Amino acid sequence: MSGAEWQLVGFSLRMAFASLLLILPFGLALAWCLARKDWRGKALVETLVSLPLVLPPVVTGLVLLQIFGRRGPVGSWLHNTFNCDVVFTWRAVVIALAAMSLPLFVRAARTAFEEVDVKFEQLARTLGAGEWRVFFTITLPLAKRGVLAGTLLAFARALGEFGATIMVAGNIPGRTTTLPVAIYQAVENGEDAHAWMLAGVSAVIAFAAVFVSENLQRRRK
Amino acid sequence: MTDTILTANFRKQFSGGPEIVVDELRIGAGITVLFGASGSGKTTVLRCLAGLEIPDVGEIKFGGEVWFQKNGNVFAPPQRRHIGFVPQDYALFPHLTVAGNVGYGLNDLPAAERAPRIAETLQWLGLAGLEERLPRELSGGQQQRVALARAVVRRPKLLLLDEPLAALDTPTRLRLRGELRQLLRQLGIPTILVTHDQLEALALGNDVVVLHAGRNVQHGAAQEVFSRPGNLAVAEITAFETIQPGVVLETRDGLATVAVGDARLIALAEDLPIDAREVYVCIRAEDVILARPDSAPSSPRNHLAATVRAVVREGPLMRVNLDCGFPLTALLTRPACEELGLHEGLRLVALVKAPQVHLIPFTR
Repeated sequence: MSGAEWQLVGFSLRMAFASLLLILPFGLALAWCLARKDWRGKALVETLVSLPLVLPPVVTGLVLLQIFGRRGPVGSWLHNTFNCDVVFTWRAVVIALAAMSLPLFVRAARTAFEEVDVKFEQLARTLGAGEWRVFFTITLPLAKRGVLAGTLLAFARALGEFGATIMVAGNIPGRTTTLPVAIYQAVENGEDAHAWMLAGVSAVIAFAAVFVSENLQRRRK
Repeated sequence: MTDTILTANFRKQFSGGPEIVVDELRIGAGITVLFGASGSGKTTVLRCLAGLEIPDVGEIKFGGEVWFQKNGNVFAPPQRRHIGFVPQDYALFPHLTVAGNVGYGLNDLPAAERAPRIAETLQWLGLAGLEERLPRELSGGQQQRVALARAVVRRPKLLLLDEPLAALDTPTRLRLRGELRQLLRQLGIPTILVTHDQLEALALGNDVVVLHAGRNVQHGAAQEVFSRPGNLAVAEITAFETIQPGVVLETRDGLATVAVGDARLIALAEDLPIDAREVYVCIRAEDVILARPDSAPSSPRNHLAATVRAVVREGPLMRVNLDCGFPLTALLTRPACEELGLHEGLRLVALVKAPQVHLIPFTR
């Protein structure tokens, strides 16, 4: 592989990792709220979170473009407050990947939390532990496998994301171009060997992530 | 009864379930047993006291603290009650070692004090050397003691035990029954213990609160409650109708000779601590055989001269109250009563096999 190809793979991996950092705190909190609490609007939030799974990715991308565009509600605020632009930068890549892989992570983490018997959490409370301590010392360690499996799935999904990314981040070589976008570009340009090389790299990473994830989930049972 | 430390007045109903009504429950500083058949609401009451369930109405007070008050909108969550709780299945944290489990509640303690406290508690419960084991690598009896260690290591103000011996096989249960009594007494922490086993209640508790159909129906000293049931409901869940204090005179070849009043009884001594002298002698009414005084020799070891005091019809059976130097209750079918020609004042022989005379070490 050429230096540019390595750079592309490195960039894509970095973006996928960054999207995980964004997903983890928010996704864990959301999964816990869905698994352990009853609240008004829970059904609506459940639906909204899962929506990117079934919506065409370009539609999700279009929505993100509206929200984070310089005239969008969040985009204009970020621009005016921090002089920070999102759309067509690496930040847009991270946001697109996060939005697309959040549903997979939340579903896996929620199931993992639901499988933890509440009796352990209740007992921890009788031993003086508050909610945070219970979560980090009992719930999360006991749900570890499921949460880890969900993280890997989300990571694999993020690496393969195409539709939403191209809508909000475009295709700026060296700045926003990710593996799937580069593959599409290569085919467009008739560089078949290049396309196959990148496709091979994608397949290897995806295979490894899903293989480990499946094993984690199976051994849990 | 000692001074009241806990008072509870509350109601709790799960949707579709029976209503639990705790009326003027006052608990002293010793060991109190919540006794009742399964489904009587014992566990729910215990969980309400632990703060794991929230009553629908009422109040719970412990010492000077209000733990729950519907009207004042007060609810102290379990982490603020400073209790020790041992559920029926122990709920040992499966991902933590024995030391990790036992030390879990010592978070507030400086690290330097934590290790010695854990070691001391494990030593006391005979668990030293098991520190690094995971719960699944322990026997049932060891798990039970780890759960107890985890609850008591924090020196709680109140200890709550839900059927602490029910998850064990019978030989282990009988062995640990005596051991647990010893441990609880050494601790001296006010304890509330749930059980459906009358002998366990006698062995472990100073006081017994009887729960029936979700209500606390009787409260008193253990022997008193069981030998003088306050109402029919209590009598029905009482398996051992005869409970009398006795003194072990001698133990030989696995058999103990016990004096009850003027009478002498032979019982199995297997599960009796060697130093036990004062015991409760417990006999089920259906285990008592009645015969004419002139009847031929028979295998039961205990032959007691008895006088019939009363005969009460109880469904298809007859309850016969006898005087053999101590009150003894027998349960017979009606044809059997007719054949013996039972009537008040009749002199008979009451026969009881030695294994059916249960001895519970006496505690006060």
